[in-house]
Amino acid sequence: MAQIFHRSSNSLAKISIVAVLLLLCGTVWAAYKINAGSFITDVDVAPAQPVPFSHKHHVGDDGIDCRYCHTSVETSSFAGLPPTETCMSCHSQIWANAELLEPVRASFRTGKSIEWTRIHDLPDFVYFNHSIHVNKGIGCSTCHGRVDQMPLTYKVNTLYMQWCIECHRDPAQFVRPRDQVFSMTYQYPENQPELGARLVKEYKIQSLTDCVTCHR
Amino acid sequence: MKSDEPLYWRSLEELASTAEFRAFVEDEFPNRAPDWNNPDSRRGFLRVMGASILLVGAAACTKQPKEVIVPYVRQPEELIPGKPLFYATAMSVAGVATGVLAESHLGRPTKIEGNPEHSASLGATDSAMQASVLTLYDPDRSQTVTHNGSISSWGSFITALAGARDVAGLKNGLGFRILTGTVTSPTLATQIQDFLTEFPAAKWHQYDPCGRHSARAGAMAAFGKPLNTIYRFDRADVIVSLDSDFLSATVPGNLRYARDYSSRRRAAAENPNVAPSRLYIAENAPSVTGSMADHHFRMTAGGVAGFTADLARGGTGAASPEARAVLKDLEAHRGSSIVIAGEHQPPQVHAFVHAINQALGNTGKTVIYTDAVEASPVDEISSIADLVKDMRDGAVETLLILGGNPVYDAPADLNFLDALKRVKLRAHLGLYSSETADWCHWHVPEAHYLESWSDARAYDGTASIVQPLIMPLYGGKTPHEVMNILANHADQSAHDTVRGYWQAYHKSDDFDDFWHISLHDGVIAGTALPEILPLTAKAIDQAAIASLGATAPAGLEIVFRPDPSVGDGTMSNNAWLQEMPKPPNKMTWDNAVWISSKSAERYGVTTGDVVEIEFQGRKVDGAVWIMPGHADESLTVHFGYGRTRAGKVADGIGFDAYALRGTGALWQGTGVNIKRKSGGYKFANTQHTQTMEERDPFRAATYAEFHKDPEFARPEEKRVAKDLSLFPQWEYKQHKWGMSIDLNSCTGCNACTIACQSENNIPVVGKEEVAKGRHMNWLRVDRYFKGPLDDPEMYFQPVPCMHCENALCELVCPVAATVHSAEGLNEMVYNRCVGTRYCSNNCPYKVRRFNFFLYADWDTQSLFGVRNPDVSVRSRGVMEKCSYCVQRINSAKIDAEERDQPVKDGDIVTACQQACPAQAIVFGDLNDPNSRVANLKRQQRDYGLLEELNTRPRTTYLARLRNPNPDLEKG
Repeated sequence: MAQIFHRSSNSLAKISIVAVLLLLCGTVWAAYKINAGSFITDVDVAPAQPVPFSHKHHVGDDGIDCRYCHTSVETSSFAGLPPTETCMSCHSQIWANAELLEPVRASFRTGKSIEWTRIHDLPDFVYFNHSIHVNKGIGCSTCHGRVDQMPLTYKVNTLYMQWCIECHRDPAQFVRPRDQVFSMTYQYPENQPELGARLVKEYKIQSLTDCVTCHR
Repeated sequence: MKSDEPLYWRSLEELASTAEFRAFVEDEFPNRAPDWNNPDSRRGFLRVMGASILLVGAAACTKQPKEVIVPYVRQPEELIPGKPLFYATAMSVAGVATGVLAESHLGRPTKIEGNPEHSASLGATDSAMQASVLTLYDPDRSQTVTHNGSISSWGSFITALAGARDVAGLKNGLGFRILTGTVTSPTLATQIQDFLTEFPAAKWHQYDPCGRHSARAGAMAAFGKPLNTIYRFDRADVIVSLDSDFLSATVPGNLRYARDYSSRRRAAAENPNVAPSRLYIAENAPSVTGSMADHHFRMTAGGVAGFTADLARGGTGAASPEARAVLKDLEAHRGSSIVIAGEHQPPQVHAFVHAINQALGNTGKTVIYTDAVEASPVDEISSIADLVKDMRDGAVETLLILGGNPVYDAPADLNFLDALKRVKLRAHLGLYSSETADWCHWHVPEAHYLESWSDARAYDGTASIVQPLIMPLYGGKTPHEVMNILANHADQSAHDTVRGYWQAYHKSDDFDDFWHISLHDGVIAGTALPEILPLTAKAIDQAAIASLGATAPAGLEIVFRPDPSVGDGTMSNNAWLQEMPKPPNKMTWDNAVWISSKSAERYGVTTGDVVEIEFQGRKVDGAVWIMPGHADESLTVHFGYGRTRAGKVADGIGFDAYALRGTGALWQGTGVNIKRKSGGYKFANTQHTQTMEERDPFRAATYAEFHKDPEFARPEEKRVAKDLSLFPQWEYKQHKWGMSIDLNSCTGCNACTIACQSENNIPVVGKEEVAKGRHMNWLRVDRYFKGPLDDPEMYFQPVPCMHCENALCELVCPVAATVHSAEGLNEMVYNRCVGTRYCSNNCPYKVRRFNFFLYADWDTQSLFGVRNPDVSVRSRGVMEKCSYCVQRINSAKIDAEERDQPVKDGDIVTACQQACPAQAIVFGDLNDPNSRVANLKRQQRDYGLLEELNTRPRTTYLARLRNPNPDLEKG
């Protein structure tokens, strides 16, 4: 009886097995890349805002402290977004007629809030608390990046649970002295492992990885 | 009694152990099969599943939606976003106020707590107070001023009402009438009095359907003045309740009474040198107070008068052995006993009780008298009867109804509606466009108390300022603003009016301080009414005793009572209260005709039969419920149902008991006929589901037995070795959370259930779903009967998640959606849950609740406001359960950490614990040997539910102790 399949079928079969495996791996890899990419995570993407507010100008050039605007960062879960009144405390005097700031003045005139696009937006089932992180020596720039160098604000971390857990499992990697929390230029020193371990002890930092720490 | 009959039983069917009941019990979520209606089910199922998998895959690809963040324009100084603020205010029921602290998140009231500074609350709340915040956001509230059914405006109403006043003014106000509920508000009373001074021919009527008519009339009979009575249960050794349900919301001051009563019982359980009090109760239907009683005398409501007369005969004159034993006990505790008459007993019983208390030397010691709390106490029944008569005679030109719903709740024999139709101008102020609003020319939406400036007095006269937390959602107005129209300064706000009154009260330079302190504390210092001493109650002579003793006519009796959940009907449209199981029969979404099993047999009816009740020529159809412990020859019906214009929640459920009630028989009457019409009415009770079988979940003993055998609650066969496990014990290094529930204090009032619902965003599911065993309350209160069928003891047991150290639910979850935290919490991770329900299947306590459908309301905008922002709103297909209020634990821990201090005992108060008037629930850290909860768990009464299964529950119970009279112990 003649062969049903030509000899080349053997190689074809082998190639297709490998190809299918490659395709599978490729799909998984692509899915992972897309999921971790800025299209999904919005990392490094600066969305349009009603006013092109520049942290670079206000923090970097003017040296305004974070807490001047984000007043409740040390006391509440929510860091606080400045009311229009805070903007106007300066901008009724300087750049008082600038075209760009018209939405701010309009808000102050009409009593209608400015609607900012949220950049660091956790899912609703996550309950993050700013004050405890700040009080335990986690600096602003650790999560939010060098906002003093951002003309328009964008996020530098995915805020995925994987990313949160990385620090929650071993906070010593990222803790810094309390007096450096609001510093934008703080660099983790060479001896961070030792310093971190010391600060973890000193600030009584716990490694909290229970689900209910963040989800409830 | 057969030996295999369970000692504790929960319903008649269980006691009977019918085949249907067995099948029902074995199926954890009964009646679920019919949900799948597709005839060719397997193929259809696969098709739908295939489609859903594709859709889920597609849905998973969506990006997180863009959200905006909206800061203030001018941020209020005291407000920190993310931190709630608490404001002291007061909620009134039938005019009498209880102080509350209302929690506000960014200007949005979300939760009601009791005000610890307020004498009527001491930090506790009842279920209606907890649920009141839902009423605030109720989308069915009336939202606009209407004139003849069309939308109108406040301005037009001002013109119309001022015009009516001017016309009436020509005749000194003749024909102008105001109808209010019971008024304790000093400001409102002054406004009305000022109006009456200006227009002397005008009249003010007061009517509350479930007000204190009898108590007022009884005090008039005894003292010639409508005095107010306050009881000191903490000082009482012997308490005799003559049909008084003083631990439930029907009695003003009940939260305080529950605290006082339970503190005494608890002290006696903890310290053998303190004598426990003894509570006797005579009543026709089981109540929460009855469940606490050491002796429960089952009798018709009409028979209570005879029992009272028996007590009044004194000493050896009493006819019944019960009365003789009670009298002996009372005599032995002169000056430290309380006899308390039921709110719904006739005035003569109240007058007798005043005389009895005086004869026992209780006056001034355990029974305190003060002036009336009401601003202008009147006989409200004759007040509304007068109004109806004048309306019928055409003597009323203008009727202004400030709150209230008389078309629905006025005594039926008055025919209020017929008379109302003869009034030329009818105006109504109310929260809802109710039955009454329907028949009024003008309807003005009323402001909810959380939107209002006002004031009110508590059960002891303590005045509180009612302050708003939010602008009226629907432009609601307060009675003060309506009265300002009549006073010709319609532009004055309620705030200015109330402040003006207190400015006149406190004439001093430091008024601003006085005002701010009063607002901050929620009580106005020094306004509690002073005790009246000396005082002499009218003595009772033999003739009076004979006539009271003879007032119990034979024949079937009907008893009218406010509903244990929705009260007199003002809160009918509140879904939390509708779905709250009524304590004695665990019924939701319905009222019923309660009857004893013996009477049911005699009249040929059974549970689920619809009967026609005929009383004094009026007829209503209602469904029967056989109530164990109910008196024979007596029917109990509850108000608050059969509404037609209450709103989407309450319309058309239950039957209207007001339609039977007449002025001559306000609370009870004989000569009622029932006729069976049909059967098969389905109730939705939470009673049958999740039965615990014969496992002795509720343990009780007498104080004497306890002193003899202190270990009775934890017998040898229930104990499990501490190390009974293959795995090494987990070491709880930091905190070890635990809870203790004192069954000796718990009255079963359900305040905890609703507090939990409010705190944890628990949805309601509706009557049909409850009937399928799908109610969602994280904290249920189980009710057990013990003893004979017709006169059992009734016990309540709150059951939240036990947070077992060896949690059975955790072992079976395939996706690790329920896991243990390092502090011993049994965590539920909603986002991991895929809805297998294995955990619920494996939970021996049946405390897990599953979202079979999208129960949480994701559409009604106005209801978003009531949600606690610190707790996730769950979606369909997710299991949920008690979390020990982990949001409160986290928040307290963060606060403590930031202060660099350890969490102190008492820093964390769970919602149920906070609400409990009897302080039965204590939460805390078991690793702190000095914490209250650790101390309680060291008590010998401590036992765990089903702990013989080695679940090591973190929630444990303290066994109930009873203090029966040895003279009355049944042999």
